[in-house]
Amino acid sequence: MSHWDLMAEHAPAARPKLGTVPPGDPRDRGGKAQPMLIATGVTKHFDILGGVLNRPVAKVRAVDDVSFCVLKGETLGIVGESGCGKSTLARLLMHLLPMDSGELIFDGDGVGESGGLSLRDLRRNLQMVFQDSYSSLNPRLPVQDSIAYGPRVHGMPRAEARAVARELLDKVGLDPDLFGARYPHELSGGQKQRVNVARALALHPRMLILDEAVSALDKSVEAQVLNLLRQLKRHFNLTYVFISHDLNVVQYISDRVLVMYLGQIVEIGPVEEIYRGPRHPYTRALLDSRLTMDPNDRVEEAPITGDPPNPINPPSGCRFRTRCPFAEEVCAAKAPALGAWADRDSHLAACHMEDAASGHSRAGRSPLACEAAGATMGAA
Amino acid sequence: MSANGEAARPLVEVEDLRVKFVSREATVQAVNGVSFAMKSGEVLCIIGESGSGKSVSMRALIRLLPRRRAVISGRMRVGEHDIMALTERQLTDIRGSQIAMIFQEPMTALDPVYTIGEQIAETVMRHEGCSRQAALERALYLLQRVKVPSPERRLKAYPHELSGGLRQRAMIAVALSCRPALLLADEPTTALDATVQIQVLILLRELQKEFGTSVIFVTHDLGVAAQVADTIAVMYAGRIVEYGSARDVLLAPRHPYTIGMLASTVHGEMRDKDIEAIPGSPPDLRRLPPGCSFAPRCRYAVAACTAGVPESVAVAPGHFAACIRAGEIVAGAAAGLPHDAARPPLDRPQAMLA
Repeated sequence: MSHWDLMAEHAPAARPKLGTVPPGDPRDRGGKAQPMLIATGVTKHFDILGGVLNRPVAKVRAVDDVSFCVLKGETLGIVGESGCGKSTLARLLMHLLPMDSGELIFDGDGVGESGGLSLRDLRRNLQMVFQDSYSSLNPRLPVQDSIAYGPRVHGMPRAEARAVARELLDKVGLDPDLFGARYPHELSGGQKQRVNVARALALHPRMLILDEAVSALDKSVEAQVLNLLRQLKRHFNLTYVFISHDLNVVQYISDRVLVMYLGQIVEIGPVEEIYRGPRHPYTRALLDSRLTMDPNDRVEEAPITGDPPNPINPPSGCRFRTRCPFAEEVCAAKAPALGAWADRDSHLAACHMEDAASGHSRAGRSPLACEAAGATMGAA
Repeated sequence: MSANGEAARPLVEVEDLRVKFVSREATVQAVNGVSFAMKSGEVLCIIGESGSGKSVSMRALIRLLPRRRAVISGRMRVGEHDIMALTERQLTDIRGSQIAMIFQEPMTALDPVYTIGEQIAETVMRHEGCSRQAALERALYLLQRVKVPSPERRLKAYPHELSGGLRQRAMIAVALSCRPALLLADEPTTALDATVQIQVLILLRELQKEFGTSVIFVTHDLGVAAQVADTIAVMYAGRIVEYGSARDVLLAPRHPYTIGMLASTVHGEMRDKDIEAIPGSPPDLRRLPPGCSFAPRCRYAVAACTAGVPESVAVAPGHFAACIRAGEIVAGAAAGLPHDAARPPLDRPQAMLA
C-alpha cells in the first residue's frame, strides 16, 4: 500500500457533504422563545460508603441545586475544572444517572412525568457525544452498524437504518464505502469521533450534549471536528451543550457560557460579556490562567493559588471563598445567590460583591469592574 | 553547576537518533533521524502531535524504552556520558542523579504504597549514600521549595491523599532531589486544571533558573511551550521539522506544519469563522510517505517535495526549517504566497504527483 492510498483515506475527511439548511423546524412546538431545555434545581449527591456496615459516611456534592436553561438553536458552553460536576450534569440531563431532585423540561414537556416525555422520547430528541471516542463505540460492530443501532432500536427496518447510517457517515466527512464496514480499532481518533457524532445524529435529535468531545484530539484534528460540528449545527438545526475545560474552544463555539465550581453555577451569561468582563472572581482567575502563544507575553504570577477543594466537604457559604482574594466573613456565613433569569442577554454571577445588599464591603462595586476602569484610566 | 568551565561544549548532543519498534506484524519508525544540541541551563520544548515521536526521542535519552522491542541507533551524549555505550548498571546510576524525569500522570509514576517523604528520600539515599535522617530532611526542604503547603504533614502523606497539583509538585521534588543536570519533562502539566497548570509552570521555571538545570520539555500545547521554552523543536512523523528560539518559531514560523498548527489552534478572535484546520491526519509510521512526511497534507506541496527528505536549512541565524520552500514561505505566511487556497489540498493527489 503506498501513501497515496493512505491519502485517499484522508481525502473525504476534508470536506463533508452538506446540503442547504431546512427552513424552520416542524418539531418545534413551543415556538422560538421557549427554551429547548429548562433544568430546575438539579441535584446529585453521591454517597461514600465506609465503616464496618458499609453505610454512607459522606456525600460528594457533585451537582448541587443547579438551574439553567438552554435556548433553541444556541450553543451553551459549560466550563469548569475537573471535579466541578460538569460531566455529572451532562449525565443527569441525559438521564444516564438518576437525579436526587430537580426537574427537566424539554421544549415545554416535563421529562418522566405523566403526560410528559418518556425517556425513550427524550433520547430521540437529546443525544450525547463522549470524550473517549474508542470506549464509546462497540468494538465488535462495524461503525455503520453502530450508527444504525439507535434507529433499529426505535423500530426502523434494517435496510433503511443502514441507509441512514451511510448517509450520516457521508455527512460527517467519511466515505461510507471506505469506512462503513470498518471496526473502531481501524480508525484514527478523529475519525472515531466523527463516527460518534454520526451515531448521535442517527435519531435526528434536536439537541446534542458534547462532553469534552474534542478534548482528546490533537490540535489539527480538533480544528477539523470543531468545523464539522459548526456545519452540522447549521445543517440539522441543532442546539448544543458544549462541555469543555478549554476556554479558547468554548469561546470559539459558544453563544452563552455557564461556569461551574464545585457543583454549582458561579456565573452564566453571553460569551462576549463573560470573556470581556467576568463578574465572578473565579471566572476571572480561569480566564487569566489561559496561556498565550506569545513567548514575550508570559504569565509571571499565578492568578490564584491552590487546587480546587474536595467536593466531599465543600466550604460553607460561597464555595470559592477559600481561594478568593476578596473573601470576607459574609462569604463564609451565607451562600451567594445566582438570581433568576430568562433571556439570552442576562449575565449573572453568584458573588456577594454583585449583590448591593449582601453586607460585603465591596458589595455593589465589584473590584473586577473597578480594576478594569482603573486600567483604562491609567492608560489614558 | 554542571558547566565546569567548558561553557562552549553543549550539555546534550544528539546526532541522527533513530528509534524503531519491531514486532512480528510491523516495524514502526517512531524517530527518523533527530539531531540537536543543547546548552547547559537551556529549556528546550519539543512540540508535536501524538505519534510525532516527541516522547520516544526523550525517553531514548535515558534508554527508557522496552529493550527487546525498541531498536535505537545514533549518537547521544549527555554531559560526560555516551548514552549508547552505558551498561544497564551505569544507566541506573545516572537516572535520577544526572538525568531525572517527570511524567504526565503523577498518580501512576509515584508508588502508591510509600509516602511522599520515603519516595524522595529513597532517591537521595540511593545516589548520595546519605543517612535516612539526612535524606528525610532533604525531602522536607524540597517539599518547601516546590511550595507544598504544610510540608511536614505532606511528607507522611501517600500519593492518593494529595490533589493532582500537589502530586505533580511532589514528582518535581523527587526529580530535583539530586540536582540533576538534565530534567526530562513529559507533558507534566497536561493532566492538570488550567488554574493549577499555570502555577506548576511558573514553579518549574523558577526552580529551573535557580538550580541551573537544563530541561527538555515535551508538550503538544503551544501555549505551554510559549510559557517555558528558550528553544523549540517542532516534530512531525519522527523528524524535527523546525527548530529555533521560542520567539522565532512561534512568532515567525517557517515550516508549513508549524504555520498550520498555529493557525488551527483556537484562540479568541476567530468566532463565526471556520478554523484553518490542517486537512487529513498524521501519516502511518509503519508506512511513511516518500520524501517530506508532511507533503500529503501541505498546501504548499510541489512535486519535488516527495523526491527526498528535505534538509534542515537555516532560514535565519539559529532558526532551521526542513522544507524545500522555507525561503518562499516566510513571505507567503505574511502576504499570501501564490498557492491555490480554494483547492482542498487532499482532493487530487495525482495533481500533486504530476
